[in-house]
Amino acid sequence: MSTELPVPGRAVGGVTADEVEGLQRQVLTARASRILAWARRNSIWPVQFGLACCAIEMMAATASRFDISRFGSEVFRASPRQSDLMIVAGRVSQKMGPVLRRIYDQMLEPKWVIAMGDCASCGGVFNNYALVQGVDKLVPVDVYVAGCPPRPEALLYGFLELQEKIRRTGGRL
Amino acid sequence: MSSVARETLTLNMGPQHPATHGVLRLVLELEGEVILSARPVIGYLHTGFEKEMETRTYHQNIVFPPRVEYLATMIEEVAYVQAVEKLLAVAPPKRAQYIRVILMELSRIASHLVWLGTSAIDLNITSLFMYTFALRERILDLFEAVTGQRMMHGYMRVGGLQWDLPEDFIPRTRALMEELPGRVDEFETLLTDNLIWRERLEGVAILTAEDAVGYGCSGPILRGSGVNYDVRKAFPYSSYEDFTFDVPLGRRGDAFDRYTIRLEEMRQSRAIILQALDRLPGGPVTVDDRKVSLPPRRELVRSMEAVIHQFKLVSEGFHPPRGEVYAAVESPRGEKGYYLVSDGSNRPARVRIRAPSFSNLAALPVMIFRGFIADVVVAIASIDILLGDVDR
Amino acid sequence: MAAAGGPADAAAAALAAAVPGAVQEAQDFRGETTIMIAPEAIIDALAFLRDRAAPRFPFLTDLTAIDRLPAEPRFEIVYLLTALDPPARVCLKARLSGDAPEIESATPLWPTAEWLEREVYDFFGIRFRGHPELTRILMPDDWEGYPLRKDFPLVEEPVEFVGRVPKPPSRIIPDVPPKGS
Repeated sequence: MSTELPVPGRAVGGVTADEVEGLQRQVLTARASRILAWARRNSIWPVQFGLACCAIEMMAATASRFDISRFGSEVFRASPRQSDLMIVAGRVSQKMGPVLRRIYDQMLEPKWVIAMGDCASCGGVFNNYALVQGVDKLVPVDVYVAGCPPRPEALLYGFLELQEKIRRTGGRL
Repeated sequence: MSSVARETLTLNMGPQHPATHGVLRLVLELEGEVILSARPVIGYLHTGFEKEMETRTYHQNIVFPPRVEYLATMIEEVAYVQAVEKLLAVAPPKRAQYIRVILMELSRIASHLVWLGTSAIDLNITSLFMYTFALRERILDLFEAVTGQRMMHGYMRVGGLQWDLPEDFIPRTRALMEELPGRVDEFETLLTDNLIWRERLEGVAILTAEDAVGYGCSGPILRGSGVNYDVRKAFPYSSYEDFTFDVPLGRRGDAFDRYTIRLEEMRQSRAIILQALDRLPGGPVTVDDRKVSLPPRRELVRSMEAVIHQFKLVSEGFHPPRGEVYAAVESPRGEKGYYLVSDGSNRPARVRIRAPSFSNLAALPVMIFRGFIADVVVAIASIDILLGDVDR
Repeated sequence: MAAAGGPADAAAAALAAAVPGAVQEAQDFRGETTIMIAPEAIIDALAFLRDRAAPRFPFLTDLTAIDRLPAEPRFEIVYLLTALDPPARVCLKARLSGDAPEIESATPLWPTAEWLEREVYDFFGIRFRGHPELTRILMPDDWEGYPLRKDFPLVEEPVEFVGRVPKPPSRIIPDVPPKGS
């Protein structure tokens, strides 16, 4: 079998140069990791993990004015086993810590975490006995969105940053 | 002959659940689909507000109330601030009180819209969630225009407000109030005339009046069972006695009554807002007492005393007299009260937040006894639970 | 402003008459009536106010505690009752000493006391005799210590800064004791 490409005037294996050129305009090739990253970042489905006030802004981000589903998050799944992203929206109390870790463990790879709000990022206004001072003590966080609560636009910006991160690193099988 | 044993199924409706409106855990004991007992397990959002507020001055503490009740933030701020004002025996000027009423009623409408949207989406009426949140965004725009923040405003001050309303607030509010009845009627058409909604809500989660009183319920739950208690009417605060409005009552104490009450409360809130806008007095928005509120900036260049007052208030805070007060407001969930104990220092000795959702949730097992699992969702939605309130 | 001046004072006087030895002192502050009750008589006093007083106080609006460390008796249990007709509030308080504080439970009178007393137990360590299930309610079940006691610290985690050590938030504005103390 020959590996020569056909040239105008000389067909190879019954395929003419015109046909090859037409094919090159209809077929896209890319590395598998880039295709995976593209698919993953454009269809991130978060798990419903709204805890406190940030949850309300997260709900506002899913509502019609800010509309997170135009970025791919069509639904917020109730089950962690069906979701890719955990947006920790709100303060994590000592009692909730093990629950958060369990939900995170129940998610399937690849998974990401956005720490939304000051309480999830670092304990926020509350530096006391009752709260876990930052959810990164429990789960690895990919994006921190600051604010108390962050505006829905801020959450969307954090979401876009996560998409950028997945573009760069998220194509592993 | 073999003996037949009966077993009940213990089902955990865990802290992470789409229909628990927050981090509420219910341990249900089921016989088939019938609920024999429901045990709420709370504390998953406990933040230590009461301890935290003992370590800050009275002015610094204004930050915390909106994070307790994050859906009716203006109401919560007023609840705290008016308790401090009662302790100090300081009354904010009339204009500040009227503006507080307007913002509180807007907050109430916003909270009821969230309740309506989330209750509907629990029963899979997804479009209503979008409608109510879009309308709520208009109210949040107003809040942002006044305070700079959509949710955690920090706008109320001991003795008044942070600053006066912007110029376009009144016309924008009037425009929104023009639009509100049409939208609320639209929501009502989508729900009240909806057979599925009626079947799911009527006769479900019934709470008798004596149970409601025994469990210390307040707000639409109590009024749904027919007990006429609204803090705005019983213990008027912030000039509510100047306004005419009705307090809707229910008859059967089921989820449908609470739904109609909340819809009607939105209309009554609109009536209060329009009355307040019509009669909004002029004048200052903070009390003139230099021991309590900061002097205006232009005074600082002229008066040494003003500088000293400013310095003392900012670096130390005021010292209320020794004593205790309890001041309550009518939040969308019921009676929200702040019990402040002062020992004369610049920090409160004890801040107790009387949370309506805490008592209302205790009545949940009674509401859904012998109900179905599907009714639990409706019952929780009809309580309008707010976990920040329950757990503090 | 509570309409508590007239009716609540009358209730206090009636209480002193109906439950002898209960009322230790009564106080008015900012229009609110606070009555100090002997701990042994608290249930009788509450039952009287709920059932037989005029006006009747059917609501147990709140049940909480105050830690008065270093004053003795250390704990004060606060019962806030509300009447509807006419609207009135009254506050009953009972003082308990610091070691092994115990008081009779109000659950036979109001079902809401069950959770409220669990919360007081959770945060102050005060036990309620006759409570059906006195366990922690807001803190994790295996938590040690009673967070709202004055000797329980706030547990502030130090903030990591490069180059300087900032003040913990609760000490940015220090505690200034009352003047003349």
